Amino acid sequence: MEEAIRLTTPLTNADVEKLRIGDRVIITGVIYTARDAAHKRLVQLLEAGEPLPFDLQGQVIYYVGPSPAKPGRPIGAAGPTTSYRMDAYAPELIGRGLKGMIGKGARNQAVKDAMQQHKAVYFAAIGGAGALMAQSIVSAEVIAYPELGPEAIRRLEVKEFPVIVVNDTRGGDLYIEGVKTYAR
Amino acid sequence: MREIHVNEITNAIRDLAIRSNTELGEDVLKSFQDALEREESPTGRDILRRLQENARIARDELIPMCQDTGLAVVFVELGQDVHIVGGTLRDAIEEGVRHGYGEGYLRKSACHPFTRQNTGDNTPAIIHIDLVPGDHLKLTFAPKGGGSENMSRVTMLTPAVGVQGVKEFVVQRVKESGPNPCPPTIVGVGIGGTFEQTALLAKKALLRPLGSSNPDPELDRLEKEWLEEINRLGIGPQGLGGRTTSLAVHINMMMCHIASLPVAVNIQCHAARHKEVEL
Repeated sequence: MEEAIRLTTPLTNADVEKLRIGDRVIITGVIYTARDAAHKRLVQLLEAGEPLPFDLQGQVIYYVGPSPAKPGRPIGAAGPTTSYRMDAYAPELIGRGLKGMIGKGARNQAVKDAMQQHKAVYFAAIGGAGALMAQSIVSAEVIAYPELGPEAIRRLEVKEFPVIVVNDTRGGDLYIEGVKTYAR
Repeated sequence: MREIHVNEITNAIRDLAIRSNTELGEDVLKSFQDALEREESPTGRDILRRLQENARIARDELIPMCQDTGLAVVFVELGQDVHIVGGTLRDAIEEGVRHGYGEGYLRKSACHPFTRQNTGDNTPAIIHIDLVPGDHLKLTFAPKGGGSENMSRVTMLTPAVGVQGVKEFVVQRVKESGPNPCPPTIVGVGIGGTFEQTALLAKKALLRPLGSSNPDPELDRLEKEWLEEINRLGIGPQGLGGRTTSLAVHINMMMCHIASLPVAVNIQCHAARHKEVEL
């Protein structure tokens, strides 16, 4: 297997344009969590012309609803949730500067088009490996919508968070290509 | 008549909630190892190894293996010579869920369908009660995550499509689910009964230990054949391509109406969690 690419957030166009489907990437820095309920609110704010709880420029959103942290830990289990539920909202955020999304499962064409047009990438983390993924999260702080519980927006500081590039800025899709390689 | 106090039931459910979410079954771990030896994709092998590591961390550090600790599905086998005292069976189970999800730092995922308001304690539990002979009480706790449940389906096929039509529906369901239900999955199939019964058959099929044979030789043959077909799809671990799309197909079948051929496919992610206890 090829050496993993190390990236530090926030990401630039140059960072994401060099990525290709199948690349293993190790992310260090700040990323933000959001699921369907939080996305709905973010898009409503944008439509109303109001500021977001965090600046989208160059940022990465992780689709996760972590389990509660045990005492002395920053977070509980924290693996990705299925991404298609965020497809209705993602193009809007990509158009406003979002550079990366981390989740699991395929995206629709509108999201893939937005990634190509505005230079953004979609990464897969390992679904169901929540205990393992949590080991790469150094700190977690709820910065918006605490009433949403596990669905609140959190600011995560991650160290060497392992992901795989599924959709790149050229329209590639690892879910399609990977399956083609092994289908019989 | 044997008496069982509700406190015993509440404590048992609390412990099962925590154990099921942190201790992956030996049968599943063995199945990961077998898959690792067969998997051709380097990415697929890497993912399977990480799933093994994830299970180890969850067990050793008492952290849920997956952040989606599910809705609390509870199967109850209640001996008809048991008298439950001190309260009701349902209340006892709900209280156990509250304690387990609270004290175990498990995620509460139960919410209102429209407002999406979280109930805050992961109740209500989904409780299935079977009255059986004897004076024992068996509790099986099977937390079910949303990702794989969302990919599950019930359908009413035309009897003319026969066994071939059922196979096509099952394989197609796995194909269309692709990476979403966190493969490698276990495919629970219910055939026959009525609309609601076939779904329950499929769910119960997921409780059978991995690596065990179907007691019906014909269904056992179909399970192996369908699994082979599913694993030719190439979806692989996490849908990134590979040989291991599913670890097993489990079929439960019963008689159905002369006009019907009900089929249910309940997909289970690799975090195939269930623990049981007999009181």
